[in-house]
Amino acid sequence: MSASTPAATPVATTHYRRFERTDRLLHGFLMFSFLGLAFTGMPLLFSHERWAAGLARLFGGFAAAGIIHRFCAIVMITVFVIHLSRICQRLFVGKDLGILWGPASMVPQPRDFFELIGHMRWFVGLGPQPRFEHFTYWEKFDYWAVFWGMGIIGGSGLVLWFPEWFAYLLPGWLFNIAMLVHGEEALLAVGFIFTIHFFNGHLRPEKFPMDSVIFTGRVTAHEMIEERQDELERLTKLGRIDELASASAPQWVYTLGRSVGAVAVTFGLAMVGLILFALLTK
Amino acid sequence: MTRVLLRLLIGLVVLTGAEAVAMARPQSKAPGSVKPPANDDCLACHGDAGAVRANGTSVAVKAPEFAASIHGAGGVACVDCHTDLATGAEFPHPDKLKPAQCAACHDKAVAAYETGVHAQARRSGKNLTAAACVDCHGTHDIKPSADPESLTHHSKLLDTCGRCHGDEEIIKRGKIQIGNVVDLFRDSIHGRALTRSGLTVAPTCSDCHGNHDIRRKTDAASRVYRRTIPLTCGKCHEGIAREYWTSIHGAQVQKGSPLAPVCSSCHTAHEIRRADMEGWKVTVIKECGTCHEESIKTYRDTFHGQVTALGYSRVASCADCHGSHSIVPKSDPRSRVSDANRLQTCKKCHSGATASFAQYDPHGDPSNRARNPLLFYTSEFMKMLLIGVFAFFGIHTGLWFGRGLQMKAAARLRGSGKDDSTEDGR
Repeated sequence: MSASTPAATPVATTHYRRFERTDRLLHGFLMFSFLGLAFTGMPLLFSHERWAAGLARLFGGFAAAGIIHRFCAIVMITVFVIHLSRICQRLFVGKDLGILWGPASMVPQPRDFFELIGHMRWFVGLGPQPRFEHFTYWEKFDYWAVFWGMGIIGGSGLVLWFPEWFAYLLPGWLFNIAMLVHGEEALLAVGFIFTIHFFNGHLRPEKFPMDSVIFTGRVTAHEMIEERQDELERLTKLGRIDELASASAPQWVYTLGRSVGAVAVTFGLAMVGLILFALLTK
Repeated sequence: MTRVLLRLLIGLVVLTGAEAVAMARPQSKAPGSVKPPANDDCLACHGDAGAVRANGTSVAVKAPEFAASIHGAGGVACVDCHTDLATGAEFPHPDKLKPAQCAACHDKAVAAYETGVHAQARRSGKNLTAAACVDCHGTHDIKPSADPESLTHHSKLLDTCGRCHGDEEIIKRGKIQIGNVVDLFRDSIHGRALTRSGLTVAPTCSDCHGNHDIRRKTDAASRVYRRTIPLTCGKCHEGIAREYWTSIHGAQVQKGSPLAPVCSSCHTAHEIRRADMEGWKVTVIKECGTCHEESIKTYRDTFHGQVTALGYSRVASCADCHGSHSIVPKSDPRSRVSDANRLQTCKKCHSGATASFAQYDPHGDPSNRARNPLLFYTSEFMKMLLIGVFAFFGIHTGLWFGRGLQMKAAARLRGSGKDDSTEDGR
């Protein structure tokens, strides 16, 4: 967060900024590397399925699929490293301790627990809709699920990529565990992102067909009022809400976001369909 | 008196001459009977291309063809085979004659034939069209097997057997269980070598099945009886057979195991393919898995097993680690996967492998606590994690979805549904 600089020219506050451009770009790379990894990896996990052989052929055989898989892995690891370095920069250079604790932090906190309980009560009509801050509990779960997944899948993936080299450091039986964990975690990640994350982010009735915020970086004023009352109040109290005020993103950003989002959701749901088919016809 | 003696002498000479002519034929006829018809007598009628029976079927014999046949060239008389005419019958003779009597000369071949599956099928009445002598050898045009024109020449036999065993209609009608084996064989490595490369050293049907005494594979005297197959294949693949008999499979077969694989268990009988072809390398894995169920299950959980399941053979399959013909149990020091040899085996592909690398379990089983304890507990943990996450968020999402729909409907009822302001709907 930069120092307070009042908006020079008053703009019609229809939107508030939420994600920086770099983070949106990183998310974009994350999306496509994730799709690439899922589509080239799942055929191995479901190698006994006919669709798996078909997918592998589509990529030009298992060797080509393996190259695409490793390429996407490099992209994703790069995204992860850039993200980590940005956090370190904010923490150590920007001295922004707010990312460790408090409303702008991804770190789970007591209020997340109460949000969860309150939200569940609201689902079944036992209470009012809870008020949310900058990051809700499910957003934090999404974040940490991916964070943990990157570490586990990425780490085990590297071990499987360079087994001869890793054998200098690790006992060979660990490759068995790396193989198991790589596949099971991947199944968890793919299943979670392509169903729960898609639902939370885009497909739930309030957002259907999609929430553009990750592409435009902005939420509407209405969304801010309806969904993040606590954040709005806090920022208003601090007098920093105007820093985030902005106009709508250009039309092309919406168009691009919708197209990219539609492609990702379509492919993701197709993959879920294939996995479910495999599990149900086993 | 002198005239009488002279007549007797002339008569003797004539008789001796006639006797000599008769002796020159393979079969001498009982003296005193009516003189049998000569070949020319037969051809007087049968030489006519239009010669037919009462029912219109042809009885024509092509004289030049017969003359060029081994029998014709050897001076065999018609009646030597069609023996019921040898004693002289009224001509024209009856429509129905006995079949040509091959056994009159070829007694050993016919005796062998009588022990075979074709004769059996005929005798039992199950298949009266099963091959008899003429079906494979021809009739008046029989050539010796060494003649490239012969129906039983090495290069022609496949087509000859294929007249029945390659004809879907006949296979169906004769209820030949094995099916269209000739078609399968044609595309096999043996079939290609034989038909495309013209290799006469490549086996044809008779090399494995024998010729006259072709027996069922269930017959212990058959060349393709389970336990005999390695011997039959070993006639050519001598080196492989020697290796095989030292293997655990070979030893088990020798002991009479009904399960241990013989050559055809892995290579099939008629579709034998090159062992270095991708398709074969990935299919043969399933073959090992028919007995080694546990091993194929755990193999499929590994990268090796997954890649081969997708149909690619660049990674290790069973034989790459365990060997093929000389396979022995892991406890045997000769085994490629014995503790002493395993690293060398890994190194065939993973050139940088170390002793630590070779601690990898290529048949790790996440459900086997005794064999892979850490893998077992990791697997249990992952299962709980997956079930936990999906169960919790499944419920969470389901409830949220219901509530969301309800809110939407309520908003629409209030008339604010048109104001779609929660969506950033540009």
